[in-house]
Amino acid sequence: MIKMWLIVRKELALVFRQPAILRMMILMPLMQLILLPLAADYEVKNINLQVIDQDHSSYSRSLTQKLGASPYFKLVEANGDPAMARRNLEQNKADLTLNIPAGFEKDLIRESETALSIEADAVNGNKASLGCAYASQIIGDFNREVREKLMQLPRFNDFPVIEVRSSFWYNPFIKYPLFMVPGILALLVTMVGGLMAALNIVQEKEIGTIEQLNVSPLRRYQFLMGKLIPFWFLGMVSVTLGLIVGYLVYGIVPRGSLLTIYFFSAVYLIGALGVGLLLSTLVDNQMQATLFAFFIIMFFVLMGGLYTPIDSMPRWAQILSSFNPVTYFIRVLRFIVIKGSGISDLLVELRSMLLFGIVLNVLAVMNYRKRSA
Amino acid sequence: MKAIEVKDLTRKFGDFTAVDHISFDVSKGEIFGFLGANGAGKTTAMRMLCGLLKPSSGEGRVAGFDINLQSEEIKKNIGYMSQKFSLYNDLTARENILFYGGLYDIPYKELKIKSERLLDRLGLGPYANKLLRDYPLGWKQKLAFSVAIQHQPMIVFLDEPTGGVDPITRRQFWDMIYESAEGGLTVFVTTHYMDEAEYCHRVCIMVDGRIAAMDTPQSLKKKYESQNMDEVFRKLARGAVRSPDVPGRGKR
Repeated sequence: MIKMWLIVRKELALVFRQPAILRMMILMPLMQLILLPLAADYEVKNINLQVIDQDHSSYSRSLTQKLGASPYFKLVEANGDPAMARRNLEQNKADLTLNIPAGFEKDLIRESETALSIEADAVNGNKASLGCAYASQIIGDFNREVREKLMQLPRFNDFPVIEVRSSFWYNPFIKYPLFMVPGILALLVTMVGGLMAALNIVQEKEIGTIEQLNVSPLRRYQFLMGKLIPFWFLGMVSVTLGLIVGYLVYGIVPRGSLLTIYFFSAVYLIGALGVGLLLSTLVDNQMQATLFAFFIIMFFVLMGGLYTPIDSMPRWAQILSSFNPVTYFIRVLRFIVIKGSGISDLLVELRSMLLFGIVLNVLAVMNYRKRSA
Repeated sequence: MKAIEVKDLTRKFGDFTAVDHISFDVSKGEIFGFLGANGAGKTTAMRMLCGLLKPSSGEGRVAGFDINLQSEEIKKNIGYMSQKFSLYNDLTARENILFYGGLYDIPYKELKIKSERLLDRLGLGPYANKLLRDYPLGWKQKLAFSVAIQHQPMIVFLDEPTGGVDPITRRQFWDMIYESAEGGLTVFVTTHYMDEAEYCHRVCIMVDGRIAAMDTPQSLKKKYESQNMDEVFRKLARGAVRSPDVPGRGKR
């Protein structure tokens, strides 16, 4: 025990004497937490829409107006010229083209049936599909208005009508920062803890001090625990800083208790540090460690549900993401912050985090060699 | 009991035999020099004795413990100073002493008293709270040696301890080694400074992973009809296959 604390004390002294590292560990995550949630906004606004109106009727004009009035669309001039519309699409001036064929109004009134076509630039698939969906919705509304006007619906409708009114629970205004801040915080805590611990140990390998430790009676677990504890502490500090930034910049007050957040952070960090410790036993220098960490972090980010909901991933990807400790921490933080969940609601995640913590650290100790083979 | 006994110790890295069936023993209190060109296998041999590297074959005992099976026991009884400077540059002299001392179960109170005495003896008292990165190399090396033996090990292993140090400091460094050996410490030292070989009680010259000669410096000079150890070494190393220019694979 005493020897473990020797390492802890030494480590803390070293961290606080390397201002560059300290700065990096505190300032960089904070900057990211301030900037990323603002940038990582999925909401698609300002879709550039051009309308090729070949009908020039009052109906086609009123449909165009209705689309232009929506906050999602910005009308782009195409002068009803299909060639120009195509050019606009190619030059990224327009994202969506709505074709209103000649005879639109006539067909609509006489035949009660007509067709429109939408062309979307699907390079940005998300924008294209959302744009089409918004446009269809507005056209649907328009359609209903037209029918009401033309048919003079009776006071009591002959047709049963189901109207869907959605309300968003827990995050009623779908505020993206409320969703992104806990996710990004989870990732930052992982990086501060895991990556820093890994780089720290590998640095000792590079400068050769680790050999002096390996030739002493210091035991493997004493060494690794001595490394884990200080970075666990720093990880908890970065959780605190993250919560402060979330409050000051985005006004986020966790609905659940702070105690729950710290409890889960404490458990999770053991696993995150386990990743770092294990990584440090697998590589020889900081370059290898950084390269390795780069891939691990890609996996953590893309398979952790930070941006893409895990529920909409294919089955195999869902299975993969269940082996990603960050997945659980992102979910837990979101649940506590947005929904106010308590420990009893998150027992499954707690179990997984504990398992990660134990398995990864045991592997790290087993894989650490005081004597090379 | 001998401090070190080694029989047919061998280490291979792939097809490359860094250390090839070496056998020797070292008595207590002896200053034993391990000489050789870069890549001759000195460091590899030493790392096996210290429990940092597994031997491919052969056996040996260090401080009475088996190098194959009891490497952790050996570690309690030896000191080690590598060719890479291995104290922490961002800790002060005092912090380094207390940190490394603590790893060897020296009770804290005792350690505290001893560390002050050590700082005084090295004349570092006034600088004890300075970070080591501001120390001149010679001071660092002397401190590293003192730290390596502060837990009073039976044997100390020094891997090219005076590399890059000026002649005066080197001389002082050897005075420290002598002083410790008189107190009963066994010193196992690798070097490629041949003048330092003269300071050893007995030297072993490694060529291409094998022991080419082993005796006292006086006998070796007589046997090879040489004025000094440098000449002895040249005569023995002339037939070396491994060029000193090739980076030593044993250095890992």
